[in-house]
Amino acid sequence: MTDKILSKDQVAAFIDSLKKEYQVFAPTEENGKIIWAEANSADGLLWEFSNTTMSPKDFFFPQSECMARFKNDPKAEGGMIMHPEPELERSRVLMNIRPCDAKAFQLLDRIFIQDEVTNDVYWRDKRDKAILVGLACNNPCPTCFCTSVGCGPHHEAGLDILLVDLGDSLLVKPISDKGKALIDDLPDAKKVDKDKAAQLKKTSEASITSGVTMDNVNKRTVLELFDLPYWDRVSESCLNCGTCTFCCPTCHCFDIQDEVKGTDGRRVRNWDTCMSWLFTVHGTGHNPRPTKKERVRQRFMHKFKYIPEKREGEIGCVGCGRCVQLCPVNIDVREVVNQMNA
Amino acid sequence: MKNPYIPYPVRISKTLVETEDKQLKSFWLDFINPDDAKGFEYTPGQFAELSVCGFGEVPIGIASSPTEGDTLLFTVNKVGHVTRKLHNMAEGDIMGVRGPLGNSYPLKEMEGKNVVIVAGGFAVTTLRATVTWILHPDNRDKYGKIDFIYGARTPGLLLYEDQWSEWQKRDDIDCHVTIDRAVDGWNGLVGFVPTICEQVAPKPDNAVALICGPPVMIRFTQPVFDKLGWQPEQIVMSLENRMKCGIGICGRCNVGPEYVCKDGPVFTKAQLDKLPAEY
Repeated sequence: MTDKILSKDQVAAFIDSLKKEYQVFAPTEENGKIIWAEANSADGLLWEFSNTTMSPKDFFFPQSECMARFKNDPKAEGGMIMHPEPELERSRVLMNIRPCDAKAFQLLDRIFIQDEVTNDVYWRDKRDKAILVGLACNNPCPTCFCTSVGCGPHHEAGLDILLVDLGDSLLVKPISDKGKALIDDLPDAKKVDKDKAAQLKKTSEASITSGVTMDNVNKRTVLELFDLPYWDRVSESCLNCGTCTFCCPTCHCFDIQDEVKGTDGRRVRNWDTCMSWLFTVHGTGHNPRPTKKERVRQRFMHKFKYIPEKREGEIGCVGCGRCVQLCPVNIDVREVVNQMNA
Repeated sequence: MKNPYIPYPVRISKTLVETEDKQLKSFWLDFINPDDAKGFEYTPGQFAELSVCGFGEVPIGIASSPTEGDTLLFTVNKVGHVTRKLHNMAEGDIMGVRGPLGNSYPLKEMEGKNVVIVAGGFAVTTLRATVTWILHPDNRDKYGKIDFIYGARTPGLLLYEDQWSEWQKRDDIDCHVTIDRAVDGWNGLVGFVPTICEQVAPKPDNAVALICGPPVMIRFTQPVFDKLGWQPEQIVMSLENRMKCGIGICGRCNVGPEYVCKDGPVFTKAQLDKLPAEY
């Protein structure tokens, strides 16, 4: 597929053309935070930003999502029977999504959709109805470590299109057929544009100097890692606040709750966190993860040992660094993994 | 495409308080749409999420065997929000069943072998399904000798008396039902499950043991089997953990990399020996 070029003063027209069919969202700044919002024009689009504070997983896996409704009346005709929520009406474009977040969703596809039974129709519907237009990172943060977990600042996995900011214009790389169809009309990129993008990629990758080493983690058994004395130490400072799990693009744990108001009833799923005591407690009061040590261990083991064990070595982390930035007690995932590897 | 989160609507056709402490109650459930029964193809050892609108769901082992027809049987311990509500529901009430979920006992791999089934307390539910399945005329010839060892604290805490008293009359299964301490009116075995296992002394040759019970029973039964020469590969257990989705996504029931809801609930002792004991 041929790389295209889009001049920045044409971005507004490009968004207009997308809006005919899609709802378009992009990162923008609000009250000092970088958030995802609907982009009705090129105004407010950011070209120089690290990443959104929260990951865009909310688009596919909302923090609170109604799954089904029922008439909360046992005597009514058809009462107390669950009916699924309707599907998403309009397809969406996520513009300027960072490559790490796109890679996270590719990983989550393999968790939400595994076979005929494990087939999360709510996730699948929103994923099917989304186009991901990535914006390559030219200036990664000091907390970024994507290059050491199978990702990168110009990584293409999970994207439909990758944009590379060349200054006055954007190099537009089609990745999927869905993406290609959207940019067929744009002019082809010149060799000088492509060379510049390649140079930016090299510089950007080289600027990421921190990372995790996994060779011993991969070699060690689950029980060897599970029994490391290090877990006592790292869990000491953890508050079990759950911030890391909420900002994480690959954390996907959820709770299911019923809510009723008069005769309206619904079944809702909400983000949950493995940092919570309630997450695993049995009805009998027995809790397999009774203290924060077990819960902290679970989070790191899940991403760096359990997911790789089950998915041919694929790591359950994309190196976005949000948890490093937001942890109130400065627990750094890179340090934890390197200690697991020590 | 099937939505795995939407329960099949069912009607409670019969209920029975199973134990003298009234903690255990059985529910017989009929599918409201007969076609749904075809979509619910299960094998002994699997579980389902029982759904009560407005209260939520609870994962419970299926106590009926598919050889018994389309009616499903669940025996529920009253411990939490959903199970308390369930215990107050009556025949004719509508609820939901989502499943079948999880793997089952290795019935295929057990063919041609002697089978020892050890149950303690109310963990007998999916083992009731297994014995019923094995004793069905279509299946009985595929297995060797069957021993069923089942214990509870008192006679009033034993479930499914109608079934095991019938099994005791048969000559193609050895049924050892025991209570912890002697009481008036009980003519059966007396002693803890591990003690009875020691007396029955099942031989490990060409055999499989299915063991389900409270942790204290497992802890004392294990050494008995070890002493008799049983290998971890021959011992099959069923785990339980808190669950929500039941299909291996929501993240709370995992034991190491294995999800109890999807990769389990049935594991061999050999598998469990390699996993953290987070259950």
